[in-house]
Amino acid sequence: NSHNSSGGSTLLGYIGIDTIIEQMRKKTMKTGFDFNIMVVGHSGLGKSTLVNTLFKSHVSRKSAGWARDEKIPKTVEIKAVSHVIEEGGVKMKLTVVDTPGFGDQINNDNCWEPISKYINEQYEKFLKEEVNITRKKRIPDTRVHCCIYFISPTGHFLRQLDTEFMKRLSHSVNIIPVIAKADTMTLEERQEFKQRVRKELEVSGIEFYPQKEFDEDMEDKSDNDKIREAMPFAVVGSDKEYQVNGKRVLGRKTAWGIVEVENPNHCEFAQLRDFLIRSHLQDLKEVTHNIHYETYRAKRLNENGGLRDEPALPLTLYRLLF
Amino acid sequence: ILDRASINRMRVSVCVSLKQRNLEGYVGFANLPNQVYRKSVKRGFEFTLMVVGESGLGKSTLINSLFLTDLYSKDYPGPSQRIKKTVQVEQSKVLIKEGGVQLTLTIVDTPGFGDAVDNSNCWQPVINYIDSKCEDFLNAESRVNRRSMPDNRVHCCLYFIAPSGHGLKPLDIEFMKRLHDKVNVIPLIAKADTLTPEECQLFKKQIMKEIQEHKIKIYEFPDTEDDDDNKLIRKIKEKMPLAVVGSNVVIEVNGKKVRGRQYPWGVAEVENGEHCDFTVLRNMLIRTHMQDLKDVTNNVHYENYRSKKLAAVTCNGVDTSKTKGQLTKSPLAQMEEERREHVMKMKKMEAEMEQVFEMKVKEKKQKLKDSEAELERRHEQMKRNLEAQYKELEEKRRVFEEEKANWEAQQRILEQQKLDASKTMEKNKKKGKIF
Repeated sequence: NSHNSSGGSTLLGYIGIDTIIEQMRKKTMKTGFDFNIMVVGHSGLGKSTLVNTLFKSHVSRKSAGWARDEKIPKTVEIKAVSHVIEEGGVKMKLTVVDTPGFGDQINNDNCWEPISKYINEQYEKFLKEEVNITRKKRIPDTRVHCCIYFISPTGHFLRQLDTEFMKRLSHSVNIIPVIAKADTMTLEERQEFKQRVRKELEVSGIEFYPQKEFDEDMEDKSDNDKIREAMPFAVVGSDKEYQVNGKRVLGRKTAWGIVEVENPNHCEFAQLRDFLIRSHLQDLKEVTHNIHYETYRAKRLNENGGLRDEPALPLTLYRLLF
Repeated sequence: ILDRASINRMRVSVCVSLKQRNLEGYVGFANLPNQVYRKSVKRGFEFTLMVVGESGLGKSTLINSLFLTDLYSKDYPGPSQRIKKTVQVEQSKVLIKEGGVQLTLTIVDTPGFGDAVDNSNCWQPVINYIDSKCEDFLNAESRVNRRSMPDNRVHCCLYFIAPSGHGLKPLDIEFMKRLHDKVNVIPLIAKADTLTPEECQLFKKQIMKEIQEHKIKIYEFPDTEDDDDNKLIRKIKEKMPLAVVGSNVVIEVNGKKVRGRQYPWGVAEVENGEHCDFTVLRNMLIRTHMQDLKDVTNNVHYENYRSKKLAAVTCNGVDTSKTKGQLTKSPLAQMEEERREHVMKMKKMEAEMEQVFEMKVKEKKQKLKDSEAELERRHEQMKRNLEAQYKELEEKRRVFEEEKANWEAQQRILEQQKLDASKTMEKNKKKGKIF
């Protein structure tokens, strides 16, 4: 309002602008949304189990029919499995991208390349759709919104492969490092390991999600600071239920006790889940779209002075648009 | 190539050919085992144990738990605390005394194994180490003076498998394939408290299946004549590979002090047979099969190495077309021949050297002569030059003298003329002719 310089104007009656939130919600529920999550780490770190636990359903590659004892592939493969899950009227098309063969060979040089290529291919697909003259109403979004990197719980240091991968990919995708199979370590060992890993990540200049530079305001910053302090989360996954104190909980039963997956005293799975799904899901998508995708787009458009297969528009009009 | 089965067969055949005789009185050689025992106790024992596996699998903790010592402590942090760029092989010795028996335990660690991005040939330093120890022993055995022969050969190699729950990694398979005929390989599942009992069972089955698929020969427990012992051995065999947990921290559980790892959901006890196979490993490694491990190393692995090495030596330097019959030559005759060859070679070399020496001497002499002649020639020439110059000078002097004489003569004539002229002038004056 032009005649009001301080804050909003006082309303003379109830207009109903705030119902826009409700309208957005209804729209989102109808259209549903896409979420693409990639899991990276060498075999045996519980990636598939964790994804199943996160989304409380069998959505991983392993559950989609692949056998448990399949052979380790000779090169890194990219396998994407999609499911539509629904909760509270909201539909989500969840795609889990698995990377079997990563870090499993004797010589793991450049095993990050197929992954980098896949991520860039998804950006390319989206870019091509966006640039088309007749665009689809809703461009199918296959871009990777979040890449969970599984750190092996050695208790000592990050491996060379871990730092190499994260360094190269932290600028094209949101990376969330987690310490896998955290029930291997006692609580003190976990703290020490976390400190060491965080220091190493800092020293190597690896910016994991939530990145400091994208904090929008003070509130964001303080929330994200707390999360950054607690990362990488030490998680345990399980899709089996046991009875503990009269409740049914997800857990792992060992001879000396039951590890409860959702118990914050046992592991940080609940924190990861709240962070990933309950609070930052939309932010992950936004950062991917506004920052990583835009970086890719700018780079591509600057490369050849335009896309290779230019649409048949007059040159001036084309230049105007881009 | 010898293996355990053939040795067992040899043992059995010897026993069958001897008939047992009954003694008429007590002779006393039944005491022999005690004598052997007492002698060995005095001598003390040696045992070399190698641990191989990626970093972070709990190797150092397991060693500390097995031998109840702090081989790697806070003051001397083990190799795990340092990041390595290439695979190193490090050995630490510790002397353990228990009940009057002394054991010199050598632990060989391999930090850096499997930690790089490219791990091709990371097993090579390990193989080189084992071979070098066998070579040392071979050389010591072949020496003339064999008084002290320390046995540093690797008696047992514990290979740590990461508890992924799926199967063996390509690196595990490669390593075990290359080392199973050089050393006793005992695969272990490390950090077994990561796995639930069911997962552990599945994992063990999967590993054993893959080991058989790839024909890897891990250490096998020998069958004994005792039935009870055999039952125990069969039970152990079913548990292979052993799933172990290590800890040096003592925790109190139900009033008892146990070694274990304290989790929020319970305490994983190291020495509890239902929690992990640590006690099985310890009993097997130290209490029952330590001697057998040493025997197999000596009789099987070392003999394989020795025959391979010596066969290679006999084939060296002999024409390849004759090698078919040479392998059965006795090493002593071979050594004699080699010695003769060596002596002949030396003589030939000596003769050659003498020839060369003579040639050089001649050359030098010739050179000296030549330069002498040269000098003489020059000397002569210079003399002649000098004489010529002298003559010239003489000639010049003569000419000069002549000229001088001439000139003096002329001067005298002039003087005379002058005198004459002055005389006539005076005369003329007197005559009054000049006025």
